[in-house]
Amino acid sequence: MPERAPNSTFGQYLTGWAKRIRYGESGVLPVVGGLILLVIIFQVQDSVFLSAGNLTNLLVQGSVFVLLGMAEVWVLILGEIDLSVGFNAGIGAVITAILAGSHHNFPWWLAIAGGMLATAAIGALWGVLVIRLRLPSFVVTLAGLLGLQGLLLYLVNAYGTGGTIRITNNVLNDLTNGNLSPVAGWVVAIGSVALFSAATILRDTRRRRSGLVAPPMAITLLKVGAVAVAVVVLVLICNTNRGILVPLRGVPFVVPVIVGFLVSFTFILGRTRFGRYLYAIGGNAEAARRGGVSLGWNRLWAFVLTGFTAGAAGIIYASRLGSISNNIDGGQLVLYAVAAAVIGGASLFGGRGKMIHALLGGLVIATIYNGMGLLGLAASYQYMVTALVLLAAVTIDALARRGRTAS
Amino acid sequence: MTTVAERDESGPPGAAGRPLLSLRGITKSFGAVEALRGVDLDIMPGKITALVGDNGAGKSTMIKTISGIWGPTSGEMYWDGEPVTARTPRDADALGIATVYQDLALCDNLDIVQNMFLGHELLTHRLLDETEMEKAARQTLADLSVTSVSSVRQLVGSLSGGQRQSVAVARAVMRDAKLVIMDEPTAALGVSQTAQVLDLIRRLGDRGIAVLVISHNLSDVFSVADRLAVLYLGTLVSSGAATEYDAQSAVELITTGDRSQHADAASPALSTDIDPEG
Repeated sequence: MPERAPNSTFGQYLTGWAKRIRYGESGVLPVVGGLILLVIIFQVQDSVFLSAGNLTNLLVQGSVFVLLGMAEVWVLILGEIDLSVGFNAGIGAVITAILAGSHHNFPWWLAIAGGMLATAAIGALWGVLVIRLRLPSFVVTLAGLLGLQGLLLYLVNAYGTGGTIRITNNVLNDLTNGNLSPVAGWVVAIGSVALFSAATILRDTRRRRSGLVAPPMAITLLKVGAVAVAVVVLVLICNTNRGILVPLRGVPFVVPVIVGFLVSFTFILGRTRFGRYLYAIGGNAEAARRGGVSLGWNRLWAFVLTGFTAGAAGIIYASRLGSISNNIDGGQLVLYAVAAAVIGGASLFGGRGKMIHALLGGLVIATIYNGMGLLGLAASYQYMVTALVLLAAVTIDALARRGRTAS
Repeated sequence: MTTVAERDESGPPGAAGRPLLSLRGITKSFGAVEALRGVDLDIMPGKITALVGDNGAGKSTMIKTISGIWGPTSGEMYWDGEPVTARTPRDADALGIATVYQDLALCDNLDIVQNMFLGHELLTHRLLDETEMEKAARQTLADLSVTSVSSVRQLVGSLSGGQRQSVAVARAVMRDAKLVIMDEPTAALGVSQTAQVLDLIRRLGDRGIAVLVISHNLSDVFSVADRLAVLYLGTLVSSGAATEYDAQSAVELITTGDRSQHADAASPALSTDIDPEG
């Protein structure tokens, strides 16, 4: 047997994991636990909650929160914030709707590209103001929130009728309202689980063999198994007939779209220099600078990616409603975006945050939103409960941070 | 000028006898304030030079000049006998000068490997090569006999002060530094941690790396340094083998810039003119 790597036994791995929790690197288990708890509470209160129809609806609802949370993660890693993502998402939706509308009749992909390019450019503008003029991102993007709301009103009133722009393009509408056929759903699911399992097991085995730090085989298999079970359950639920008059089954298109964003963004953050530098800058900008990292360019790209991702969120939002109206509440959406990221485990203080955090946090928010709606509770309760969850998440973040610096 | 020139008694003749870095007449002014006045200093390969002096004596100005934070106002620098200028940290880096600042410049949210390669990551196919980086980091830590860290994938934020210092030094060594400058490496450490770091400094010397240590702690200085250089109000008032000094004479030099008793070491020694061509 080659050189024995640290953390190589199950027990040692658990000890190491406990240590990481103390330093605020608790991973995703707390939020997964919270999510399961919420699901149980809502299911006990109303048995409709776990029905196929409602769960599929929850996924589609959640996709907007998830994407907005992912948008926010880029800048949160730097220790910055973007308060404009809600209305920036709206701008993306408006521009896509205008480009795909009868006026221009662009194909769907060109309309989407136009919308996301515009929101990325807006992100770049915030980045330049924050980096070149050294303005606090909080204030720059607060101004952005107001300014983009104005721009959105202007565009909707100029191009829409009755305060809305309808989405007439079928592909755009199907993003959230269309489904993969049950067979296609299984093919995609099994294919991606197989890829993920093979890649994970292969990587960990190779690392163990070269004597590098790697989790023990049991943990690797546990991780792969959990993902496989989750995916199978997801497809089973989505493939159950949830139609009332006509049969309706299949995984909504937006699910593979979200997974695509999750995988590619996680790849960028974890495997590229750029991703590494974002964490370094968020952790200790001076250390990064002394290491020769260009602070300006890397931060600028993070702002661009925030805008880009916000644009995608806006397009999904509009697809779900079939239109984009001038009363979109971008101020509330941005709060959900920050909440999703922080509830999931990203830090407001910078240096910590992953795309999976936005996914899990977004699902938590969607669950509260959906579950309380099912219970017929007024919006007032939804806000208050979301506020409590957010406060709890920020408290955990702050306490974990104190634990780290106190050492 | 009260500068006492080098008297090199420590190194054997030959390659080791030639200074790695020679400063000649280095002056640094900030407006009307002269922070360094005509400093001459030789740093030998494989030797540990301690730079001591009271607060405001110019120690920090000195290391910032050497490490390229700013250029000197006047004076020359010779690296391996060649005249050089280090006006940016990158210049110093290219020469093989690595500075470990007091704040260590580590990212607490990154692990040891990530910190050691920060800004100089190894890539394959334009992606981070974690395998090679982890191997190299482990090798370097093993070479320096840093055994106290349990895993190179530990977050630096969870390390003790001595371990953090070790990581910062290992980063410098891994990048083939020939001269490692350390600013108050033991200032914030406890007894056993201090011993750990002093050991590490000695091992750097054993590997042929020149070390310039700034320290307030004279017992640390005497336990580790081969050579001593004393700054007083921007002037290098004395330098030589550490054995020429004792605690009392060092304190006197630091506080008064003068040494009344030990006339032998304080007397101006032969000035060794440096031939830039070696």
